[in-house]
Amino acid sequence: MLTKEAVARVAQLSRLSFTDEELEAQFKQLESIIEMMDSLSEIDTTDVTPQNHVMDINNVFRDDEVQEGMGVEKVLANAPEASENMFQVPKIV
Amino acid sequence: MSEQRATIHALHEQLVNKECTSRSLTEAYLQAMEKGKDINAYITVNREAALAAADAVDEKIARGEAIGTLEGIPMAVKDNICTEGLRTTCASKMLDNFIPQYNADVVEKLHAAGAVILGKTNMDEFAMGSTTETSYYGPTKNPVDETCVPGGSSGGSAAAVAAGQAVYALGSDTGGSIRQPAAFCGLVGLKPTYGRVSRYGLIAFASSLDQIGPLVNDVRDAGIVMNVLAGYDHRDSTSANVESEDFTRKIGTSIEGVKIGLPKEYLGEGVSPAIKARLEAVSEALRAKGAIVEECSLPTTNYAIPAYYLIAPAEASSNLARYDGVRYGLRVQADDMISMFKETRKEGFGDEVKRRIMLGTYALSAGYYDAYYLKALKVRHLIKDDFEKAFATYDCLLTPASVSTAPKIGATYDAVATYKQDICTVTSNLAGLPAISLPSGKDENGLPIGVQLIGKAFDEAFLLQVAAQIEEIGMA
Repeated sequence: MLTKEAVARVAQLSRLSFTDEELEAQFKQLESIIEMMDSLSEIDTTDVTPQNHVMDINNVFRDDEVQEGMGVEKVLANAPEASENMFQVPKIV
Repeated sequence: MSEQRATIHALHEQLVNKECTSRSLTEAYLQAMEKGKDINAYITVNREAALAAADAVDEKIARGEAIGTLEGIPMAVKDNICTEGLRTTCASKMLDNFIPQYNADVVEKLHAAGAVILGKTNMDEFAMGSTTETSYYGPTKNPVDETCVPGGSSGGSAAAVAAGQAVYALGSDTGGSIRQPAAFCGLVGLKPTYGRVSRYGLIAFASSLDQIGPLVNDVRDAGIVMNVLAGYDHRDSTSANVESEDFTRKIGTSIEGVKIGLPKEYLGEGVSPAIKARLEAVSEALRAKGAIVEECSLPTTNYAIPAYYLIAPAEASSNLARYDGVRYGLRVQADDMISMFKETRKEGFGDEVKRRIMLGTYALSAGYYDAYYLKALKVRHLIKDDFEKAFATYDCLLTPASVSTAPKIGATYDAVATYKQDICTVTSNLAGLPAISLPSGKDENGLPIGVQLIGKAFDEAFLLQVAAQIEEIGMA
């Protein structure tokens, strides 16, 4: 059962901010969507393994060799704020 | 087909025979784009670079050099595929100013093949939607009937090709985003087998489902584009290392004795009568060509929508965590980090994207993971098993590409009703199978009907063989 508190917690986990009104709308929409999801409980999945992926692959390895990178200038080209070859963010501590 | 709806192979012949130049073609398409601007197929036009690419091809032809099939042909790229130096927005305010510093693998391949990129096409924001109405840049109109949506999320790509504003276009398909707009606009759309085409440089929505593919005017063109797009890429860890092949090689060959299943779950009560009637007519015509077409059943199909709408948003909620205002895209300034993240995401994302992030985060969160996300993955396994059983008997499956033809722009549905419309297409993404949508007839309002073929993994060439036979039946 979905609660408004759960929706507020999910918003926090999602790093999304909503007004009270928006949160109420999110709650109503999620409630009807989750209701549809509950039909999955009709289906017996005992002994069924989860299908994370359709391909039969595990870890894909490559040799640890130094390769040409993109370069600092390109990496920072789209940064909203950068300084001294670094991304700049608001003060953390 | 009007001159403005010419195929790749027809235009290639014209270029080779010097009946036209790449520049004249490119100018004609740029003009069509300008004249038909109101359908809003494009977000960004790449005029100068397109003309320069065209001139380079013309010089090559003038020197007497041979050209490849895509060389000099004007085309469009969906705006979630990175193009170096050319703005790539994902139709989101979040990436309104984003200029990629590298090309997607498919864009590298297009450049190597001499393609002329006309511009970047409109789409649902972050490919989340099935109408192209969630775009930050406004909805795209369906060129067949401008009061209707072109479908989505690759709606701009479909509209561009249908309006003669591109010879072909690339789209991406996570739950039907190539095939459904192709159906709504009267085009051929192919979602390749998962892993067939590299996802490197495709802005991620749901990584275990996303696949890039072509929207084109005929079946042969689909094969021609796939010949360039397909191939192993070490930069995509889920890229399949399979032999290259000519995808057009079976087109035109007989389908006598081919066994085609007609899964009854795809013809349920939600499907419009005109589409059901069309499926029946196509089945009859295929039988007349010697194919065996019979009803079959994939019982877990009815659980595909809830499974898909748990898995796709779960992956999206993780993939979209990167939009935090730090490295690229929008930043809304705030005094501390967490507030900066939240304000940026509040401002940068539209409603549908937020809804899916919330849904995905919920499905993955402690206490709900087992009941929702894990359960969905198990159901995904059963859906895949269902297909495997069906393919033990049948060579491919025939279904509608969508439950209805194109709805009107602005027609409002709640989220659940909208999600349920995706039933015909999400199953092949969940199982990683190739599927093609192709036009076949029209409904009572003159809107195109799309039929779909779903095939075995890596069996695209066979799908194109059967599709070409359906194409031959015609639109009548």
